[in-house]
Order: sequence, then structure tokens, then C-alpha cells
Amino acid sequence: MAQANITSDMVGQSFPHPDKWKWYHYFTFNIDHKVIGIQYLVTAFFFYLVGGVMALVMRSELATPNADLIDPNFYNAMLTNHGTIMIFFWIVPAAIGGFGNFLVPLMIGARDMAFPKLNAAAFWITVPAGALIIGSMFFGGAQAGWTSYPPLSRITANTAQSMWILAITLVGTSSIMGAVNFIVTIWKMRVPSLKWDQLPLFCWAMMATSILALFSTPVLAAGLILLLFDINFGTSFFDPAKGGDVVMYQHLFWFYSHPAVYLMILPIFGIMSEVIPVHARKPIFGYKAIAYSSLAICLVGLFVWVHHMFTSGTPPWMRMFFTVSTLIVAVPTGVKIFSWVATLWGGKIRYTSAMLFAIGLLAMFVLGGLSGVTLGTAPVDIHVHDTYYVVAHFHYVLFGGSVFGLYAGLYHWFPKMTGHMLNEPLGKLHFVLTFIGTNLTFLPMHELGLKGMPRRVAMYDPQFQYINIICTVGAFLLGLSVLPFIINAIWSWRNGPKASGNPWNAKTLEWTTDSPPIIENWNVLPAVTEGPYEYGHEPAEVSSS
Amino acid sequence: MKQIPAPLLTLTIGVAVTLVSLWVGFNNSLLPEQASAQSVLVDNFFNVMVVIGTALFLVVEGAIVYCMIAFRRRKGDDTDGSPIEGNLPLEAFWTAIPAIIVIGLGIYSVQIFQDMGGFTPGDMVHDHGTMIAQSSDSALQGLAPEGAQPELLAKSVYGFGAPLEKEGLSADLEVNVSGMQYAWIFTYPDSGIVDGELHVPVNADVQLNISAQDVIHSFWVPQFRLKQDAIPGKDTELRFVATKPGTYPVVCAELCGGYHGAMRTQVIVHSPSEYQKWMESRIAQAEPTTTEAIAVNPADLTDAEYLAPYGADIDVDAQLLAHLAH
Repeated sequence: MAQANITSDMVGQSFPHPDKWKWYHYFTFNIDHKVIGIQYLVTAFFFYLVGGVMALVMRSELATPNADLIDPNFYNAMLTNHGTIMIFFWIVPAAIGGFGNFLVPLMIGARDMAFPKLNAAAFWITVPAGALIIGSMFFGGAQAGWTSYPPLSRITANTAQSMWILAITLVGTSSIMGAVNFIVTIWKMRVPSLKWDQLPLFCWAMMATSILALFSTPVLAAGLILLLFDINFGTSFFDPAKGGDVVMYQHLFWFYSHPAVYLMILPIFGIMSEVIPVHARKPIFGYKAIAYSSLAICLVGLFVWVHHMFTSGTPPWMRMFFTVSTLIVAVPTGVKIFSWVATLWGGKIRYTSAMLFAIGLLAMFVLGGLSGVTLGTAPVDIHVHDTYYVVAHFHYVLFGGSVFGLYAGLYHWFPKMTGHMLNEPLGKLHFVLTFIGTNLTFLPMHELGLKGMPRRVAMYDPQFQYINIICTVGAFLLGLSVLPFIINAIWSWRNGPKASGNPWNAKTLEWTTDSPPIIENWNVLPAVTEGPYEYGHEPAEVSSS
Repeated sequence: MKQIPAPLLTLTIGVAVTLVSLWVGFNNSLLPEQASAQSVLVDNFFNVMVVIGTALFLVVEGAIVYCMIAFRRRKGDDTDGSPIEGNLPLEAFWTAIPAIIVIGLGIYSVQIFQDMGGFTPGDMVHDHGTMIAQSSDSALQGLAPEGAQPELLAKSVYGFGAPLEKEGLSADLEVNVSGMQYAWIFTYPDSGIVDGELHVPVNADVQLNISAQDVIHSFWVPQFRLKQDAIPGKDTELRFVATKPGTYPVVCAELCGGYHGAMRTQVIVHSPSEYQKWMESRIAQAEPTTTEAIAVNPADLTDAEYLAPYGADIDVDAQLLAHLAH
């Protein structure tokens, strides 16, 4: 890069740029946070479709009890890469990279992120990572699950597994770079009139997310690099025959990967706290409780990872300690759920597509949370660990939760991002199909798991076929449900009715500029005179709750 | 609704929710039949959580649906809702109630976990040396191979040990369970029987010593509600009492390769007399094979050759086994 350009006289000044980005600017090393946000979102959505096709391949195989459609090893490659792609290439980059980058500077009255080039680098690192994952499919694909436990991961499809490790390490690096950027940006770059208790809850959520990513991601990188050395350079960190310890890998993996669950849901909670007040026309209920509960989830979330290892080589005290710590997470999560319901109470709810997805999330996340409590207790987890009950639980949280939240965010901020409104009837069709599809696919899985069907199997006991067929039908309905959204997004981006600066009549700062915002966000930075959710007040009234 | 006083309405809803939740909790048929002593404990705990979960689910979903109907925007109304920003007592209430519930569930889990034998895995392993010397119990004869003691003492064992009332007592029957891609091998150290299926007498205190030969597997009997990973390089155990004669699936629950889904066999819980009959028939049958097995070093065999005798029993066909040859 042109290092010479960055001289002391550039500090505090903007880089030269055209008045408006052209389409091809979106394919370059662009340092505008809004361009980067959209780069993340579009790339992530592409990977969502790839991961979705993999899910449909698996559900087709599972329509019958025998492994009669695809090779079982290929099935394992599908389940491994479905999980990997949905987590590391769809939800995390879309929620943190996409919405985080696009919204945080706009919400705090900044012209960009604190480190714009670092930001662009973080995005472009994910491109070779994605290429590695797709490339690994030509070498059979990693087949040891997204958890990649050794010894299986040491002995299966070595080339593909190594590519998988490199891809995840790259994504992790990108995540750390992003986390540093968000923390500094939110800490230092708020417009001076914006006080901490006026900070939009999405930014609080991004703060908690970034702290969590910063603490946990390096541990995953360490575990994966040890595994990479085991596979390629003859070390035996995880080779029991030579004194290695396979359970140590599980600790390293889950120390990151449980917090990763919160990386995937905390930003979504942030989106919920923005979308619900706007469309319910009411202030968010319990601003402080929601803000602090994000931090509480972030803190407790670092100490629950062993609940993924209750049936592993885990001593009794650990099983009990992590049962209790896991259960505690339910408290701050419950606070959020109750606060959103209370925000609806007494509102004047506008049933926009964004609001429908937000309420859909609320309704389904409750079930995901409750099944999570049962899973958190060791005695019940011993029975249902590694069964379809777990699959049902995390899809309620990650599909009913995260994906619904991403859609809510997309419908809410699409006008801001593109300057065009989405088509509402198509959006509602999208919601109805997705809601039915989600419940049809994942609700019956609870029973499958409780009754005795393990997860990650290409062949299963014929007694479970009936329920599996329901799940497969649901999955295809989900596949179909994406079509109205794709048509809507492409068509509206080009031809949708022009969006005003503030089409929803919302109060956060991103709505005080044009849609789409000009390149440095505002000609004159906005001054904050009221809180972000002061609906039903006179504008002059500043609450001090 | 104006006619019904609010406290009465709340009371009615509360009673209805409680009754429905209790009914769902104790009448759901979500779990398979109970066939071990532990299964009863786990199910009671699960059902209590279903009761609480159903109540919370009904209240929250009910509130959402009520809000969606009662607080929808009416046509032409472009005003905002009322500016309520919070309510400290209410927020304290819904923080405290879940906190109390989860602390209660936490304590309850510890209790159940102890009753299941979760706190005593590996207890009996440490005692083998002395117990064999003292005990005349035939079940223990020839259990630990010579020279294995120091190693056993040095290792910790994970899993489920003796239930509370049997603490310090050795199990009635020990079976060594070995997981490999893609089969379970059950060895009865006191009789030398090797089988692809697990046979146990009903109401006996059985201890499985679980190990893995290649990758991680997980031994799971859904009807027992018990699962324990078989981990290369680590010793794990499961101690249980089967309470109901019958045949139940043994499922591998940890991804172990392409044919993970086919790694299924069964546990047959016999009445004591039947079990005796089975054992005698197996011993009579097994004599020649046992000597053969000693003569041949298993390490010299491919997985396929080694597994072939069990192929018929464990529902894995010979072709599949041939794929395994390294």
C-alpha cells in the first residue's frame, strides 16, 4: 500500500475520494466502512446459499434411513462444511462484519471506523479463507465435523482438513482485527455529545461481542495450529499413542467456540433492540438492563465451555461447576427477552417485514433458550448430548435466532444501505415461508434426539424415518423461502421506490443522514439532543432514566 | 374484559398455566422407555424442567401474542406508543425469578448427578489390587492383568461410578468395552467371553470399562439415559443397573468416521437364569476361539479380519469391513 501517502498532515483529514462510489468500487480494497459492511453482507449471503445447499443435500440423504444417496464420507464433508460455513462465513461475518461495520460509525456519529485500512484488510482476509473452504471440497472436504476433534481429524482427509484449519485461522485473524477496531471505535470515536447512556444498544452489543472475540479467538487459533502441526509436521500434541491428550483439544476448541455462540447472537440481540422500538413506536424497555446484560453474557459466556464436554473426559466437579455457570447465562438472556416483550406492551406495532422477523425471533428464541437450560444440566445432557435434540436446540437459537435477526436487520436497514425500499408483500411472504419452514424442520428434531437418534449420521434406525421426512420437507420449504428474498433484494436494489433519509421515522443517528449515506456520512456531524429510543416524547424532553 | 377484575384474571390464567404445564411435564411421551435405575432419575429431572419450561413458554408466548393483537397499530394512527422506559420492580422481579429457578435447578442437578453415581467414577479401579487379594468374589478373579496396577493408579477415570448406596462396593459384573471404527467389542474378563453385543443380567450392578482403539466414540444406550465417550488414551467407565429385561440399542454418539451412523449394536438385558444360560453357551462355544485368539496377535490382523467373527452380530457387513483394511 502507498505508505508514503500517510504523512502527519493526513491525520484528521480524509483521503481523496470520488463523490459517490461506483459499482466497481465494491470489488476493491475500499476503506469506507459502509462499502466494507456491504462487502461482508453480500459475501456472507453467498456463503449462506452454499451452506444451505449443503443442508439440503444432507436432508435429502436423511429422507431414507440408509445411506443410499451419497457416499457417507461425502455426507460427513457436507455436515462439516455446512456448520463451518454457516458459522464462520455467514452469521459471524454478516452480523459483526456486515451490520457492525455499516452501522457502528453511523450510530455513534463517526465518519469511519478507527482503523479503516485494518478494517478493509480484515474483510479481504476472509476472501482467501472462503476460497480455501471451497477449494477443500475438491480434496474431499474436511470430514471431522466443525468441531474437528482429533484423533478423527488427524487421520481423515488430511489435505482438506489442513485447508480447513488455515481457513478458520484466517477468519479468526480477521475477527480479532475487527474486534480491536470496534472496541477502539466505540470507545474513542463517539461524537462528543453522545453519552454512554445514549449509545444505541447495538453498539453496546458490539462492544460485548468484540471483547469476547478478543479474549477467546486466540485460544482457538492455538488449538487449530497445534492440530495443523500434528497433521503435517509429525508433532503429537493430540496423539494419545505418543502421550498427547485429545481432551486438551476439546478444551482449546470450546474455550473459543462456546463464546462463538455469543458472537453469533449478541450482535443479533443488538439488532433486536434497534428494530423493536422503532416499529413498536415505544422506547426500549429497560435500556440499562439490556446494555448490562450483554456485558454479563459476555463475562459468564467465557466460563461455560465445558458443557459441550459433559460426556467426555471431564471430572465430576467440572461437570457440576459448568452446569451451574451455564444455567446462570439464562438470567441475563431472560432479561433481554422479557424487556423486548415489555417494549411491545403498550406500543403501536407496525407489521413491517423487519418487525415480523423480529417478533418471529422472539417467539422462537424462547424455545431455544428453554431447551438450552435442559441441555445445560449435566444429568439431562448425558442423555441428549450429540443427538438431534442438540441440533434442534442450536438451530432454534442460530436459525430462529441469528438468521431471523439478520433478516430483521436487512429489512430494517436495506433502505439506508441502498437508498431503496424493499417490497413489503414479498417480504411478508418470505417471513411466512421461513417461519413455517423453520418450525417444520427443527421442532420435530427435539423428539428425534430424545428418542435416541444421534446427530452427524448418514444412516439411522428406520423407526425414525417418519419424523425425518417431516424435517426434510421443512428444509426444502426453507430452501424455497430464500427465493422471494433474493428476488426482492435484487429487484428493489435496482428499481425499488427511493427511500428517504429516515423512512421508519427512527431516532438513532444513522437515520439523520441520506439514504444511502454520503461517503463521509455527514457534511456536518450531528449533535445528539435526545436518547436513541425516545418515542412518544416531545423531542426537547431528555429522559434521565 | 373490563368486567373481570384483574387479580381474578391473573389468578385464573396462573392456575390454567400451572395445570397445563404439570400435565405436559408428566404426560409427555418424548423419552424412550426407562430401562435403568438412572433413567428414572433423569426423567424426573427432565420432566420437572419441562413443567417449568412449559409454564415460561406459555406465559412469554402468550404475552407476545397478546401484544401483537392488542397493541397493533390501528389504521390512520401515526402516533407513538406510551413512553414507558422501564419499571424497576418489574425488572427486578424477572431477574430474580429466573435466578432462583436456575439456582434451584443447579442444586437439583448436583443431587441427581450424585444419585446417578456421577461423583464416584474410577473409585473401584484404584482398589483392584487389594480387593483381588482379599476377596473371594468370583466376579473379580483374573480381572486386572498382571503389572497393570501402577498404570491404573496413576490415571484418573471419567464417567459414572457407583450410585450413592453402593459407594465403596465393587460391581456385580464388569465388562470391558472397546470402541473401534465401526464396532463395539465387549469382553467379559471373568469368563473370557468376547462378543459384539452386550449381555447383562437384570438388576445387576454392571460396570463398563470403556476404551477406544482408534478415534473417539461414545457409548450410548438411550433407554438407560447414559452416555460416555470412549477416548483413546483415557479410561472411562459407566456403572448402571438395568431394571427391565429386553433388547435395547447401543448407539455410537460421537462422530467417528464415514460409517459412524452404522456403528450400532444392542444390549440384551436377561433375567438371571437366561443370563446364566447365555454365559454357559458362550463359554462352551468360545473355548476353541479363545485359544485361537491368544495364538494370533490382533495387531497382525487388519480390522476387517479382526472384526469378521463379529460381523454377523453387530450388523456390519463384510464388505464394509473390507473397506476398513488399512
